Order: sequence, then C-alpha cells, then structure tokens
Amino acid sequence: MIRLEKIYKKFERLEVLKGVDLVVEKGEVVVIIGPSGAGKSTLLRCVNLLERPTSGRVIFEGIDITRMDGREIDRVRERIGMVFQHINLFNHLNVLDNVTLAPVKVKGLSRSEAEHIANSLLARMGIEDKLYAYPSQLSGGQRQRVAIARALAMQPDIMLFDEPTSALDPEMIKEVLDVMSSLVKDGMTMIIVTHEMGFAREVADRIIFMDNGYIVEEGSPKEIFSNPKEERTVMFLSKILY
Amino acid sequence: MSDEPFFPFLMSILPHLGKGTLMTVELTIISVGIGVLIGIFGGIARVSKRPLLFIPSTIYVEIIRGTPLLAQLFIVYFGLPSLGINLPPFTSAVIAMGINSGAYVTEIFRGGIQSIERGQMEAARSLGLSYLQAMRYIILPQAFKRILPPLGNEFIAMLKDSSLASTIAIAELMRVGREITSRTFRSFEVLAVVALMYLAITLPLSLIVRYTERRMSVSD
Repeated sequence: MIRLEKIYKKFERLEVLKGVDLVVEKGEVVVIIGPSGAGKSTLLRCVNLLERPTSGRVIFEGIDITRMDGREIDRVRERIGMVFQHINLFNHLNVLDNVTLAPVKVKGLSRSEAEHIANSLLARMGIEDKLYAYPSQLSGGQRQRVAIARALAMQPDIMLFDEPTSALDPEMIKEVLDVMSSLVKDGMTMIIVTHEMGFAREVADRIIFMDNGYIVEEGSPKEIFSNPKEERTVMFLSKILY
Repeated sequence: MSDEPFFPFLMSILPHLGKGTLMTVELTIISVGIGVLIGIFGGIARVSKRPLLFIPSTIYVEIIRGTPLLAQLFIVYFGLPSLGINLPPFTSAVIAMGINSGAYVTEIFRGGIQSIERGQMEAARSLGLSYLQAMRYIILPQAFKRILPPLGNEFIAMLKDSSLASTIAIAELMRVGREITSRTFRSFEVLAVVALMYLAITLPLSLIVRYTERRMSVSD
C-alpha cells in the first residue's frame, strides 16, 4: 500500500533521514520506535508529504506521489489520515464542525451525511455528549480522541499517528490507546510513532527501530523486544525498559 | 455674530459640525473597508512562498507606508487628471485612503496569519484541504479574531488622518471647522470643538480596543 524508497531529508545542513526504505502492506500495523532526533516523525510526515523528501520516492497504491502536483497530492492526503502529537484541533470550531469540515469541504458530502458519520465516530470515541463543545473546553485525552474521529471521518485507507500520547497527562494516555487498539481490531492500516512500548508490543505486526536517520532494525515485537540483534537496539531498549 | 456668547454660538455651529462628522465617519468606514478587502489578499500574498505574490505585495506595503498619505491623496486628486483621469473629490479620497489603509491592514493580516500555530495548517492539509481552503476555513477565521484590536487601532488612525481630505474640498469635520473659522474668526473655540469631536469618537473606540485586547489575553 505504501512504499518508501531511499528517502533522504535534509533541513539546511542537518540530514535527518539518510536513505530509508519502508513498505507497509494493507491491514498492517507498523510501529516506529527510537530515540528523539532519530527521524521518526520526519519519516512519518514524508508519507503524506507534509514534509517533502529531499530525494527518494513515496509510492502510494503503486503511484509515485512525490511527482504529483499540488491538487493531486490533496486528493491523496484525503485517503491518509493523520493524528498529531500536538493534536491541532481547529480551535475556532466545535467538536462536530471539527469532524465534519473536511468531509463537507473536501469530499463534498452534504452536511447531514457528514454529521451522520461524525455522530457515529464520536460515539465510538466516547465523546457523543460533547458535540458542541469547543476544543478549549475538553481534556487532552478528549481532544486527541476528537482528532482521531476527525481523521477517520474522511474514511482514509491508512492512519498515521505521530506520538499521539506524548503531550497528554498520564491518566489520559490509556483512553487514547484504547481507541487506537479498537482501530487495529477493525483491520485499519496504521503507522504509529510512539514511546509507549507496552502498546507497541501489543498491537504491532512489525516494529521499526530507527536511530540517527536510519532504520537500524525491524521485526516482529517479539524479535525486537525479546531478541534484538543490533547493539544500538539493545542499548535503546535497556535505557527505556525497566 | 462673532460677539455671540460661547454656548449659543456652539449651538449654532453644531449642526454643521455634525454633518462634517458624519462625512468623516463615512469616509473612514469606506476607506478602512477597502483597506480590509485589500489587506486580506495582501496578507495572504505577504506570507506566500511564491515570488509573484510576495514581491509585489511587499513593494506595495513599503511604498505606501513610506510615503505621506497627503502625497498619495494629491497624486490621486491633482495628479491623475494630468493623465486624463478625472475623479470627483470623494472618490479620490476613498481611493487614496483605501489603498493607504490596505497597506497597513495587509501587515496586520500578515501578523495575524503568522500568529496561528503551524499545526493548524498542517492538520488542515493532512485532511486534503488545499492551501487556500485551509486559509479560508481554518487560518483566517482564527487570525481575524486575533487582529480585531489592531484593526480597531487602524480605524482610529484613519479617522484622524481623514482630516487630510479637507485639502481636496471634502466637507468633512476638519473642512467644516475651517470654513466656520474663516466666517467667524473664532478660530480657537471652533477648532477646539472640532478636536473634541474627533476625540468623542476615538476615545470610546480605543477603550473598546483595550477591553477586547485584555479579554483576549485572558482567553488565550
């Protein structure tokens, strides 16, 4: 479904990605772990071209999207949902409008169709009683669940999660991970950058360990967590696991 | 007439000054209205990465802000006729003041747009909205709320600067004041009343601006 080929990304002089190859199949859940500054988020942001790779190709459903013009890229982005560390709900819109805006303005759904979808998604996220609340009136966990509903409302083929729990208070992490688990059970294709190792072990089909702009090692959760082969993986895990 | 006591004299000139004030307010509202229309597009152009938008909008802002409004007013009213373009005084004033205001409002919008966190644009783009859709539905509505205080200040500044239109025969407050002065020779009293009438509009406005500023710093 997604194939990244030899992705390089430079910011000014700093090379953040140094030739990354990654394939994600339909229905697969891939979790990317690694120390800060490893290039995990940048890699994820290259998938929907929020970040333009300096070189390399991003193939989505067999088509190289790095060669597309702006309009075509917008059409691809409709099909790739994204959830951000800093949540980024639209502050001036209430919950319902946050979720219905893109289906109405981008997909051209009618207001009532979009609200129908939004209502059922928000119910699933457990925030059906906050439809008319504004983001500032919600807790961090509620905000992130609305953001997930907002991405899902476009009925994407794949979901990208960029450290979705890193900015949350500890007691709100589980409610967000729970809805993500339920997406996994539905068979959603997902690429997740996270520091929640317990969660990663539980939901991932494949773990990618990144460091210093490279993929150092990849494998099943069992292989990576119980039997890592690379020294850098061992060092990283020994630092973060009790 | 000029020996009249102050109060009856004031009463006799107030209707004229009132009409002048109305003209001043009308001139200002239309000019700042044009300014806001220019400013929305100017602001978008000023934050654009496209040289074709960024460079002309920057040149526009620098030229207008670097030259006196009076010169701009004269160019439109006295200068354009020598190119064969004759505009009536009110139209000239509104064009010159609107273009002038547009440069300042452009910079206000630029600041407002840039004050919105980058994540808002990214979230919108990730959903498939185009850059312009993201501007229209996400960035500008939030920016607009934040720039209400500076827009209020721009309105106040333009209200005072509109007195320059008195030089091209528009019967706004300043012009009416000077006409009464030349008729009655009671310069000090008349001009003081004129100044007070400007103040009577600008003072409440600036209080409102200060109040919204304070309320926003709380809610942000």
